[in-house]
Amino acid sequence: MSAAIDKRRLFAMIAKETRQILRDPATGLIAFFLPILLLFLFGYALNLDSTHTSIGIALEDESAAAQSLAGAYQNSRYFDVHMARTVQPLRDMMISDEIRGIVVIPQDFGKGYARGNPPRVQIITDGTMPNTANFTRSYAEGVLQTWLANEAADRGTSLEPPISLSLRFWYNPSLQSRMFLVPGAIAIVMTMIGTLLTSLIIAREWERGTMEAMMATPMHMAEFLASKIVPYFLLALVSMVLCTLLAVFVFGVPLRGSIWGLLAISAAYLMPALGQGLFISAATKNQFVASQVALLTGFLPTFLLSGFLFEISSMPTWIQAITYMVPARYFVPSLQSVFLAGDIWALIIPNIGILLLFGAGFFALCIRVTKRSLD
Amino acid sequence: MTGDAHHRDAVARVSGLSKNFDGAEKPALSDVSLEILTGRVTGLVGPDGAGKTTLIRILAGLMKADGGEVEVLGGKPGRDLADIGYMPQRFGLYEDLSVEQNLQLYAEMRALPREDHDETFARLLKFTDLDRFRERLAGNLSGGMKQKLGLACALVKTPRLLLLDEPGVGVDPISRRELWAMVQDLLGDGSETGQMGVLWSTAYLDEAEKCDTVYLLSEGELLFEGDPARLTGSVDDRVVRLTGFEPRRRQVLTRMLDRSDVLDGTIQGRSVRLLLQDKDALKGESGFDVTPATPRFEDGFIERLGGGPKGTSALAERYRRIEPGSGPAIEAQGLTKRFGDFTAAHDVSFSVPYGSIFGLLGPNGAGKSTTFKMLCGLLTPTDGSGAVAGHDLRTSGGEARAALGYMAQKFSLYGELSVQQNLNFFAGAYGLKGSDARAAVERVTDIFELGDRLRTDAGTLPLGFKQRLALAAAVLHEPPVLFLDEPTSGVDPVTRREFWMHINGLVEKGVAVLVTTHFMEEAEYCDEITLIYRSEQIAGGTPDELKAEAAQMADLDDPTMEDTFIAMIEASDASRQESEAA
Repeated sequence: MSAAIDKRRLFAMIAKETRQILRDPATGLIAFFLPILLLFLFGYALNLDSTHTSIGIALEDESAAAQSLAGAYQNSRYFDVHMARTVQPLRDMMISDEIRGIVVIPQDFGKGYARGNPPRVQIITDGTMPNTANFTRSYAEGVLQTWLANEAADRGTSLEPPISLSLRFWYNPSLQSRMFLVPGAIAIVMTMIGTLLTSLIIAREWERGTMEAMMATPMHMAEFLASKIVPYFLLALVSMVLCTLLAVFVFGVPLRGSIWGLLAISAAYLMPALGQGLFISAATKNQFVASQVALLTGFLPTFLLSGFLFEISSMPTWIQAITYMVPARYFVPSLQSVFLAGDIWALIIPNIGILLLFGAGFFALCIRVTKRSLD
Repeated sequence: MTGDAHHRDAVARVSGLSKNFDGAEKPALSDVSLEILTGRVTGLVGPDGAGKTTLIRILAGLMKADGGEVEVLGGKPGRDLADIGYMPQRFGLYEDLSVEQNLQLYAEMRALPREDHDETFARLLKFTDLDRFRERLAGNLSGGMKQKLGLACALVKTPRLLLLDEPGVGVDPISRRELWAMVQDLLGDGSETGQMGVLWSTAYLDEAEKCDTVYLLSEGELLFEGDPARLTGSVDDRVVRLTGFEPRRRQVLTRMLDRSDVLDGTIQGRSVRLLLQDKDALKGESGFDVTPATPRFEDGFIERLGGGPKGTSALAERYRRIEPGSGPAIEAQGLTKRFGDFTAAHDVSFSVPYGSIFGLLGPNGAGKSTTFKMLCGLLTPTDGSGAVAGHDLRTSGGEARAALGYMAQKFSLYGELSVQQNLNFFAGAYGLKGSDARAAVERVTDIFELGDRLRTDAGTLPLGFKQRLALAAAVLHEPPVLFLDEPTSGVDPVTRREFWMHINGLVEKGVAVLVTTHFMEEAEYCDEITLIYRSEQIAGGTPDELKAEAAQMADLDDPTMEDTFIAMIEASDASRQESEAA
């Protein structure tokens, strides 16, 4: 075996791998069809916004003011309102999950309001679904604030609270979850290609007996690994570009950063993703086991622990600690900021550094387990 | 022969080689020495599990020896890989690349100069007769064509050492002969390929006879080395053929094998072939005629292994007597199976009486497995009908399946279950319950001497025991009909003898046996054979009738079963080409 990497052999192996990729319908499916499917799923079907949440209003007071406030809730585009005279029936509805919250407008609401006291309204939410409870509460408060402001305007006076709180949601002013889900979906797609697809390819060579034949040629093991990395790296970048085009032109996600920032962070993420896939493949030598391991250690953590769906800061401390081991954790926020905020190099560069370190670790493991031996 | 060996160079030399695998009962190789000389075929012969593949992998630098010296091309193994051509058992082809792309890949890997590519590919493709299939994906080639492409890839840069690991396995006899002829051609021409050293490993003992030098391995140990004729010569005048006897040939064989002066015996058509302890052993006995027979490599091998098993089958002695029903045991009437446009089996008809063996012969993909699966009830025939033990497959498939025992040499046992668990499972699968199941398992455990190994995982058993266990599982419910799918390919001859000793005994008890095989010795045991080729039955009859037919057709003198098989297939090809031309 010659010590140096031979360019001819390397190119021949890359050409072979590329031909296999082009010929395998499964690759096309995962690299091109799946991204489209995922983007549409996250772009349309999965929605974390609170349009049309069902709530109940217990209208215990019959004053004009109370009626008007109830009307404001009914007209809100965020709520489907069930009216009741008391809390009791609404409580049953909340238990049976028909509504997510209750706004109680108490008996003396009109009287107190007429006297100029601050309005007394009770908002009850379902604590078993904290996420929903939170935004139900804030939207319900929002409606109340808007109603008060309108009332004040009608009376020709402006409501002037001692401190005025004006909320601005930067980077995603309309608070559409699609805006951060779509960039996150790109991370999922790149994990699928980087880890899941590559986890199969060395195992496949073992299963089909071609590994043995290749090891009996002068091939260098580094050439072998490189021939697996290069084509899949390019495939994943092509798929990423496809996703970006879809995100920008179909889903209207802004790309505020540069394409260079996007490429830099994506390329950096592919190092641990490919490294992990190849490591799994080389270590298991079995396609079925490899795909299971790749799903459990690559796909699921990216999905659950990267901050893509669930905010890391609201996780229990020990799970937060685990997220530091998930490469996607460094990728998803960078990706979201490149799309929604811009090239924030102060965020991107450290993340790229960490991703490259992860990649180097996985490749070192790969070289350890891919021995040129059948023993 | 030994004289000119001095003028040849050794391209590989091994001495005192040993290799152990974790968890294995015996070493894979122990104290093996061997030399591969240029310009000749060195045979590495032995049954499955003998250590052939391990030895080849050590030579190719893919495994490390535990002890002993290994020298390949004058250095350590694994150094001059560009000069070694290696064809692993599964040929090492990329099935999703075309024929030409596979060649290209190996040419680049072995650093064949680019300017030589076209000429080399053209030469190899012509040589392997694959020129027409340049663009075809390797995965869409037949077994024989894959094997040739595998050889072409190993030869793409003329190696100094060519390692072929069981190139004939799973390939029909015609392809095997063609490949052999190709390797002979390479060594025969005066060019640089003539200076190659070739190591050819095989489980087929008839291939051993054709090698220049043979190393015979069995369970990791070297049993013989040298000119195969020397081994064959050691049994020269002790191999005889018995003919002209009255009782059934299986009874004669059993009686003969039970004698202490008979080392081994097989059935060959109407006659019985014996290996005697002493050439005069049968002198003066009457009731049969004794004529000398051609000794084979296998006879020498059996003798080295201490002779074959005795003739009486403990299994058969304790088997119930099968009362023949009114009809035949197995019947196929115009069985046809189509998959879309493709006809896998066309109008196959035969019937097998109780107490006889029927063989389905044919190359890979000819349609014998399809026919077999239809009769097992695993495939529904497109047309025609079949019955097993009087149960029509279409109307009472369940009863038909319950009446048969099925055994395939490969895949039929659960490797992760212990011997006991396998037997319990199959007892349940064949519908035995409670005390019946226990009694059946105990009975076969006793007969096949599996008692010491009941707790062993089936997957780690030595091959001979796997073979016994597979047969034990198939006969737990004492079925009147047995289906055997290539039951003994790759096993050592003693284990094979033992297997057929049981089968012969069962047949005498009235069991009907259907066997598919492309292993010619198994065909000799059959009472009747049908030859399936390209989905059609092209010939049928007793082994002797078929041989006589082939002798006339191809003008052969005393053809073997393999000669017969090849002659008939070639004749079928010729007549098809004629009719296509017309």
